[in-house]
Amino acid sequence: MASSSIPAGDHGDPTRRDFLMVASGALAAVGGIATAWPFINNLNPAADTLALSSIEVNVKAIAVGQAITVKWRGKPVFIRHRTEEEIKEAEAVKLSDLPDPQTDDSRVTDTAHKVRREWLIVVGVCTHLGCVPLGTKQGDPRGEYGGWFCPCHGSQYDTSGRIRKGPAPKNLAVPDYLFSSDTLVKIG
Amino acid sequence: MASQHGAQPVFNNKVIAWIDHRLPIFSYIEKEYHTFPTPRNFNYFWNFGAIASVMLVLMIATGIVLAMNYQPNADLAFNSVERIMRDVPSGWLIRYMHMTGASFFFAAVYVHIFRGLYYGSYKAPRELLWILGVVILLLMMATAFMGYVLPWGQMSFWGATVITNLFSAIPVVGDSIVTWLWGGFAVDNPTLNRFFALHYLLPFIIVAVVALHVVALHVHGSNNPLGIDPKGPQDTVPFHPYYTMKDGFGLTVFLVVYACFVFFAPNSLGEPVNYVPANPLVTPNEIVPEWYLLPFYAILRSIPDKLLGVLAMFGSIALLFVLPWLDTSRVRSCTFRPIYKWFVFALVINMLILGYCGAHSPDAALDIGIKIPLLVVARLCTAYYFFHFLLLLPILGKIERPLPLPPSIADAVLAKKA
Repeated sequence: MASSSIPAGDHGDPTRRDFLMVASGALAAVGGIATAWPFINNLNPAADTLALSSIEVNVKAIAVGQAITVKWRGKPVFIRHRTEEEIKEAEAVKLSDLPDPQTDDSRVTDTAHKVRREWLIVVGVCTHLGCVPLGTKQGDPRGEYGGWFCPCHGSQYDTSGRIRKGPAPKNLAVPDYLFSSDTLVKIG
Repeated sequence: MASQHGAQPVFNNKVIAWIDHRLPIFSYIEKEYHTFPTPRNFNYFWNFGAIASVMLVLMIATGIVLAMNYQPNADLAFNSVERIMRDVPSGWLIRYMHMTGASFFFAAVYVHIFRGLYYGSYKAPRELLWILGVVILLLMMATAFMGYVLPWGQMSFWGATVITNLFSAIPVVGDSIVTWLWGGFAVDNPTLNRFFALHYLLPFIIVAVVALHVVALHVHGSNNPLGIDPKGPQDTVPFHPYYTMKDGFGLTVFLVVYACFVFFAPNSLGEPVNYVPANPLVTPNEIVPEWYLLPFYAILRSIPDKLLGVLAMFGSIALLFVLPWLDTSRVRSCTFRPIYKWFVFALVINMLILGYCGAHSPDAALDIGIKIPLLVVARLCTAYYFFHFLLLLPILGKIERPLPLPPSIADAVLAKKA
């Protein structure tokens, strides 16, 4: 730091100038980060995008064994009216056999903590790379575990929407939902 | 400019001399593109840098015109592209030039990269030149990906979904990053808007990095097929007219092939399903990227774990950054590397097979008498790719005995003539 014309601190101690350099440098860094933040934050979802975050669905017309797809937050959501066999199958699985262990009950509980085993509601987006798995429409392949089959990279989900085989790391996500009556469900 | 070749040029035209005295652009052009001493033994592989620059300019020119009619809105984008194709004067031609141009830009750059690999152009003192080239490749991939999303067809939408979801593999913050990239809860209008903005911006950043690439090139000059440095004036020729002519000829041949595709087979390189408007509720049967990204897509799919697959894919390109230090051989050109030469060809074949795997469902099989599942093929080729760079290159450089190098470029060229 010190040149011949600027007096240095004794024994290389920091000088007034060193202090000013560090202090103004630190302030500039903080200012830079503070200025960068609005640019980064600008890319987050806007208020109107966030406002579209819940929908209501009447599930009365879905017969046992059938499933429908509804659009929520720009993504498909599967609502499946499960048969007794499907429920039994999902409950019989040992947790140790699952790559992402979750009980069936925990996946069919609404936000009021009421368990409705006949209704499985999951986000229809494969947790691998975001394709829409097949198995909701009649005649779709449902994979070896009777749930869903993702055609993109071959992930297979069971009747609880849990990952059983293939590259996907996690179970199909369960959105927050609440049954306001036996036939009306609010998602989101 | 660091180059010290040639004397300061004298300009007879007074206007040029006046300008040049204040802003030496004419001396610069004279020094770097006219008298610039260039090895006399270039083959046609040395055309592809110039060809790639012309394709970059062509992509920017067609892109700017397309942007004047394109609507970056999820409800309007698909139809605005169809309008360009049907109603806008010459719109079909400009769009086909842009679409096919992307493929040909990548083709030129891939040949350019092969040239660098085969003739050891990445070795000292050209490491930074090579690294800047890898940066350009990455920027090109990002630009091409975002451009492909803009027509908002089925493959646009689902390609964007799969690629942005790669980032969800990052532990802890992955999902937040993906939401941030999308500006929503799925690929939607905000995503399309920002991709358009970035697709317009990135080509100009590529231009800037290309400028650095060229500046770095002109410090030590071009490598050449023999991989030995020019030792004097007998080894070089001036850039103009020798290589302006050779580049011009190569460029013309390249553009003839390009024009054949633009006019006679503009859709042969793309996926027909992208002419179906984007539908967020239906995934196409197979999601396939454009041909130039297929080998990397195959690497991604060949690994059963999501995070490792993503790391392998990015790693396969990141490896190129350290290539100058992975290759331990002191000989640049494969002309004098009797063993490694064959492995470079093996790497090219490996990339082609990976590309084939990337284009087909992993459940499919390669039928060569016996049926081998493509997943197995892709895994073997991925393993070879990493073996080539991480093991073969460092070891072979130590144990291979190179052929004797010629004393100079001129000696080699004249010996060949005689």
